[in-house]
Amino acid sequence: MKTPLSRPAGYLIAVLALLLGWELLALALGSPALPGPLEALPAFVALVPELTVHALLSLWRVSISMVIGAVLAVPLGLAIGRSPRADSIFAPLMFLTYPVPKVVFLPVLLVLFGLGDVSKIVLIATIVFFQILLTARDAARAVPEGAVLSVRSLGASRLDIARHVVFPAALPDIFTALRISTGTAVAVLFLAESIAGTDGLGWFIMDAWGRIGYPRMFAGILAMAISGVVLYEAIELAERLTTRWRRTAH
Amino acid sequence: MSFLSLQDVSLCYEGQDRAVRALEGLSLAVGRGEPIAVIGPSGCGKSSMLLLAAGLLAPTGGTVRVDDQPLAGPRRATSLILQEHGLLPWKTTEDNAALGLRIRGADRRESRERAREALDRVGLAEFARAYPGELSGGMRQRVGLARAVALDADLLLMDEPLSALDALRREDLQDVLLDLWRRRGHAQVLVTHSIEEAVFLGRRVVVMTPSPGAVRSIVENPDAGEPGYRLDPVFHERCAELREILASEGALHAEEGVRT
Repeated sequence: MKTPLSRPAGYLIAVLALLLGWELLALALGSPALPGPLEALPAFVALVPELTVHALLSLWRVSISMVIGAVLAVPLGLAIGRSPRADSIFAPLMFLTYPVPKVVFLPVLLVLFGLGDVSKIVLIATIVFFQILLTARDAARAVPEGAVLSVRSLGASRLDIARHVVFPAALPDIFTALRISTGTAVAVLFLAESIAGTDGLGWFIMDAWGRIGYPRMFAGILAMAISGVVLYEAIELAERLTTRWRRTAH
Repeated sequence: MSFLSLQDVSLCYEGQDRAVRALEGLSLAVGRGEPIAVIGPSGCGKSSMLLLAAGLLAPTGGTVRVDDQPLAGPRRATSLILQEHGLLPWKTTEDNAALGLRIRGADRRESRERAREALDRVGLAEFARAYPGELSGGMRQRVGLARAVALDADLLLMDEPLSALDALRREDLQDVLLDLWRRRGHAQVLVTHSIEEAVFLGRRVVVMTPSPGAVRSIVENPDAGEPGYRLDPVFHERCAELREILASEGALHAEEGVRT
């Protein structure tokens, strides 16, 4: 009986444990602001059509932002990592800007780009960009020189080396960074949506809160949690499809 | 006359706190289709010499010529096989073998076809879709050879390609190397730590000395190139001769010395 659980079975057990913990906590607190699952789940089911619209909007915002951030950061990070000269110029810049919490620029972005999608996308893309930039740069530096040399001896150009060696070598690290930044991206999305605009799950939750509709608010929180899991699993799936070789090593 | 020639070659590079002279006054000529072996203690510049011949390093002094052309960079028909890292773990056996062709602009289908032929030649046809992580060390080295075969290289440079293998696999792969050379007749430079391997595969065995690296002597070994050579008394005489030269260099019992 020591075989690992299947993925769906693992999820099922985790969900049941979370629901149980939630119910116990709700009973213990006895506050209307924390309804138990027996109250929140029916509200969630009743709101599914409305929630779907907001969830899709939120998912669209966060995924397009992550794609933009990654598409800009990966080539730049890999290039910096492979060029000592570029690294000597950009590394200090990266180390200075990396710890700055980009989310504090939200008010600035709201003024510049308005309350619509653009400001939210710019903010999340920026955060993801910095996460991936540093990872891609470190991964490119760690590529074994022997692999580069043997491909270079075949007459490979810099572009060939980037395509056949550096990018695939860095891909697992890039996916790890993407997965880690999912949590931050969703959190920032929540903040941005709750401050600006009239749609998305962040707005939905804060709107319900403002109307003291606690079961409704929790339906929104549940939808946000599910959206996060969907995003995480989508990245996991993309990783499994593009890095099949990693599961063959012995 | 000679196919690969290094003439009075020297190589210096900047070390931690002083310039390191890796090679000095090294001259070596390899004929078209000739297989030679290079042996010597660690740090004698064998690997640097191979990188020069591959066009991956430029000499600080002297000239490197291949096929009557001064060498300015990596050359299409030269294939370099390193001890490790030669294969990309994220590519299948087939795609690894096809990599040289792909980089040289062949389309995917044609390069796959030629890669499959080459894998067949080294006995790995049924592993075409496997990843290097699923193969043994010996099989991985065969894939490296298949890449060179697929490229139709006329100059094969190898840096201790078999040193990670156990003795039996080593002899097995030496036979594969010999078979490939007999079929294809490319010029070949094999850098090795093993006296037997050098004598089995090199028509001439070049002994190098360290700091700075240079050619100490060359042992003529014209009988190499036959599959049964290992059992020939001449083979053992040559091994003994080589062992003596290396011993007189103090190379045999040095810490990272030559395996006997």
